[in-house]
Amino acid sequence: MHAALSELERLFPPGRLLHRPGELVPYESDALTAFRARPLAVVLPESHAEVEAAVRWCAKHQIPYVARGSGTSLSGGSLPIDGGLLIGLNRMNRLLRLDPQERIAVVQPGFINLQVSNAAAPYGLYYAPDPSSQPVSTIGGNLAFNSGGAHCLKYGMTSNHVLAARVVLPDGETVELGSESLENTGPDWLGLLVGSEGLLGIATEITLRLLPKPETYHTVLAAYDSLAKAGEAVAAVVASGLLPGAMEIMDSLAIEAAEAAVKAGYPLEARALLIVELEGETPQVEAEARYLEEVIQKSGAYEVRVARSNEERLKIWKGRKAAFSAVGRLSPDYIVQDGVVPRSRLGQALAEIEKLSARYGLRVANVFHAGDGNLHPLILYNGRIAGELERAEELAGEILKLCVALGGSITGEHGVGMEKKAYMTEMFAEADLAAMRRIRLALDPLELANRGKMFPGEAPALQFHGAHPLEKAGVISRE
Amino acid sequence: MSTPPLQPTSAAEVQEAVRTHRHLLPRGGGSKPALSRPHEGQTVLDMSGLSGVLEYDPSEYVFVARAGTRLAEVEALLAQHGQYLPFDPPLVAQGATLGGTVAAGLSGPMRQRYGGLRDFILGVQFVDGEGQLVRGGGKVVKNAAGFDLPKLMVGSLGRLGILTEVAFKVFPAPKATATLLVNFPGLEAALEALYRLAGSPIELYALDLQPPGTLVLRLGGLPEALPARLERLQAFLGRGGEPLSGEAETAYWRSLNELNLGEGALVKVALTARRIPALEQALGQAPRRYLSAGHLLYLAWNAELKALDALLQAQGLSGLVLKGATHRPQIGIDLGQAMGHKVTKALDPQGKFAQEPYAAQD
Repeated sequence: MHAALSELERLFPPGRLLHRPGELVPYESDALTAFRARPLAVVLPESHAEVEAAVRWCAKHQIPYVARGSGTSLSGGSLPIDGGLLIGLNRMNRLLRLDPQERIAVVQPGFINLQVSNAAAPYGLYYAPDPSSQPVSTIGGNLAFNSGGAHCLKYGMTSNHVLAARVVLPDGETVELGSESLENTGPDWLGLLVGSEGLLGIATEITLRLLPKPETYHTVLAAYDSLAKAGEAVAAVVASGLLPGAMEIMDSLAIEAAEAAVKAGYPLEARALLIVELEGETPQVEAEARYLEEVIQKSGAYEVRVARSNEERLKIWKGRKAAFSAVGRLSPDYIVQDGVVPRSRLGQALAEIEKLSARYGLRVANVFHAGDGNLHPLILYNGRIAGELERAEELAGEILKLCVALGGSITGEHGVGMEKKAYMTEMFAEADLAAMRRIRLALDPLELANRGKMFPGEAPALQFHGAHPLEKAGVISRE
Repeated sequence: MSTPPLQPTSAAEVQEAVRTHRHLLPRGGGSKPALSRPHEGQTVLDMSGLSGVLEYDPSEYVFVARAGTRLAEVEALLAQHGQYLPFDPPLVAQGATLGGTVAAGLSGPMRQRYGGLRDFILGVQFVDGEGQLVRGGGKVVKNAAGFDLPKLMVGSLGRLGILTEVAFKVFPAPKATATLLVNFPGLEAALEALYRLAGSPIELYALDLQPPGTLVLRLGGLPEALPARLERLQAFLGRGGEPLSGEAETAYWRSLNELNLGEGALVKVALTARRIPALEQALGQAPRRYLSAGHLLYLAWNAELKALDALLQAQGLSGLVLKGATHRPQIGIDLGQAMGHKVTKALDPQGKFAQEPYAAQD
C-alpha cells in the first residue's frame, strides 16, 4: 500500500476511501470514454472539512487530484490523474438553503442541476442554465466547466448565475468568493473560478441565482428543404429585433436519429428543422409571435408548426434533447464536437464541415444552438475499424480549427479538459496562455489540481470510444 | 508630485509605458475621479487616445472596441441599429469610457432586465504588470475556453492590468418603453411590493427604490403590447402610480444616468434588498437610490468617508468610492482575500499597478 494512503485511511472511513482495483474501475473515465486513467484512490467526502482535509493531504504528499461529480464531462475534464487522488463529490448533494424571497439557492457541489429548478418550482422560480445533461450533471461540475445549454444567448452561461462560493484552494486554504448580491466591488475573483475546470479550487457551497419562470412560451417548429434556409431564418429572426429564449437547428441525420428514438413527430423528409422559442409576459409574447410568424413565413419554411399546448411544446423539445444519444442508433460510435462560430458564419461553417465529412469519409450529423453559433457536429465512426477513431479525431480537430479561423471558439460549453488542450494554441497566443498559467501557478505551484488538463501538453493515447453507461441507459446525452 | 500623463495611442505604447515606468494608473474619461487620481509616484496613463470601435456586426449582437472609447460613441453607434448595452452603464454624459466602466464594474438601472456588466463582457485584451499583451475570452456570445479573464477584469480598478480592448455582447433595444412611479406609504410597503415584483414573471427593465417609499418601474418591449402590460402592472400593484412616457421618460433616465445625487462623495454599494431596512436607519440624510431590486445602491455622502467605511463594515457590506477625495476607494468589508492577493501578484509581480505603490515594494 502507498505509504500516504494509511494517513488517508485515518481521514476517511472504510467505504468512503476506495483503493482496490475493482473499486476504482468505475472511476477510470468520464463521459469522454476515449481516455482512461487509474487513480491511486477515490475519496468520497461528506463535508467541507473533509474536502479540505483531502486537498491538504494531496498538498502535503504532492499528489495530484481531480474533483468530480457525476462524470458527465464530454471534454475529459473529470478524467482521473494516473496515480492521483479522485475526490468524488456526489455525496455532498444537499440543498442547504432556498430563499424564494431573495431568489437564491445554496447547494452543495453534488446537487443535481435539474433538482434546483424542481426545488424552486413551487415558488414560481427556476435555475436558468440547462445543459442537456441536467437530469444528472451536478452544480459543482457545471460551475467548474461553466456549462451552457440552449438558452445562453439570452441568459448567459453558468457563470452568470453563480453568486457566491465557498472554495478550497489547491493549498487547502478556504476562501469565500462573491456574495448574495448580483453586484460586486473589486475584481471578480468568483468570475475567474467559474469555468476554471477544477484548476483553481473546489467549490463546496454554491449560491445560485434563481429567476422567475416566464409566464408564457411560444414554440415554433419550422421545416426547411435546405440547411442554408434554416440558417438564414435565424439571421432574419435576429434582424427583426426579437430575442428568443432559444433557437436550435437539426440537420436531416439528426432528425432521423431523434425520430427513431423518441418519435417527436418531426417531418422526416426535412433537410433541416428550426426550433424557435419565445418566452416572457403573455401580451409581449403574443405580439412577438406575430412578428415571428411573418419572419418564418418569409424564410421559405415549407411546414410550420406552433405548439398549442405544453405537451406539444415538450414533444418538440424531447426530440431535440434526445438527438445526441439517438445518433448512437445510426453508428456504433461517435464524437461530439463543441465549436462556436459567429452566427453569420454558421452557413459557411456547415458547408465546410460537409466538405470535411466527404474528405474524411465519415458521416457528420449536425445539431446546434443556432442562437449563439454553438455547433455540435456529431462525427460518426466505427471504433472496430482500424484507424477510424484516429480519423474521426483528426476530423474533429479540423472542425475546431475551422471555428477559430472563422472568429469563434474551440468550446462553447463543454470546456477544454483533456480533449481540446492541444487546440488552445489555435485560439490563444503564447502570452495569453502564459498569463493563465501564471495565475494557476500562483494558486497551485505544484500543479496538483486537475493536473494535465486545459493547458497544452502531453496527452495519454486515445482508447476505444464507447458510450458511457449512463448514456446507454438513456440517462444522459452528449451535448 | 506625479509626472505628466502619458498618452498612448496603441497597445504597443501601453506595453512600452508599463516596461519603462515604476508605477502607473490608467485613466479614461475621468468621470470617476476617486479611481483615477494618482498617488505620489504614479504616472497617469491617459487612455483616451486608445479609442474607436474595431468590429461591430449588428447581426452578431457583438462589438469589439478599444478601451478608451467613450460610452457615448458606442451608444450612438448601437442606437443606429436599434441595439443597446443592456447593463446600462452610468456617467455617459460625463465622458465615461468602456475601459473605465469595466475596471470600475459599473452598471445602471436597466441591469435589472438582463444582468450587469459581468454578464455581457465577452473578451478583453490588456497589458499585464510585466508589459505583456494578454487576451482572454473571445468575440462570440458563447465561449468556455480558458480562464475567464474578461470577468476577472470587471471591477479590477486597473490593478491587474491595463485594459486596451474589450468585446461585448449587446441586445436589441426595446422598441418602446414606459415608466411608472408608484408611491407607497413607507419603506416596508415599498419593499414588500419590490419583492413581489422581483419574484413575478413581470419583466421590468428597471426596478428601483427611491427611498423612503417610491418604486420606479420601467417596462420595455413592443409598442402594441405596452398599454396592456402597463395596465397589468398597475393591477398587480393595486395602484395606478404616475406614468411617464415619451420625451419626459427619456429625460428622466438620462438625468439619472449622471448620478448627480447630491453633494459629496459618490459611492456604489453592493447589497441585497434584505439589507435595506438597516441601511435606511443608518444612512440618515444621504441622498441615495437603490437599483435592480435592491442589489445596487448609489449614494451621495457628504461627511467623512471614514464614517461610511465604518458603517458599511458594521453591516458587512462593500462599497466603492467613485467621486470624492480618498486614497482608498474600496471601503466597507475587505473582499481581497488570499485568492485575490495571489492572482494580483501573478499578473503584476512588481506592484506597478498597486494602489499603494510604496507599500507594494516592501
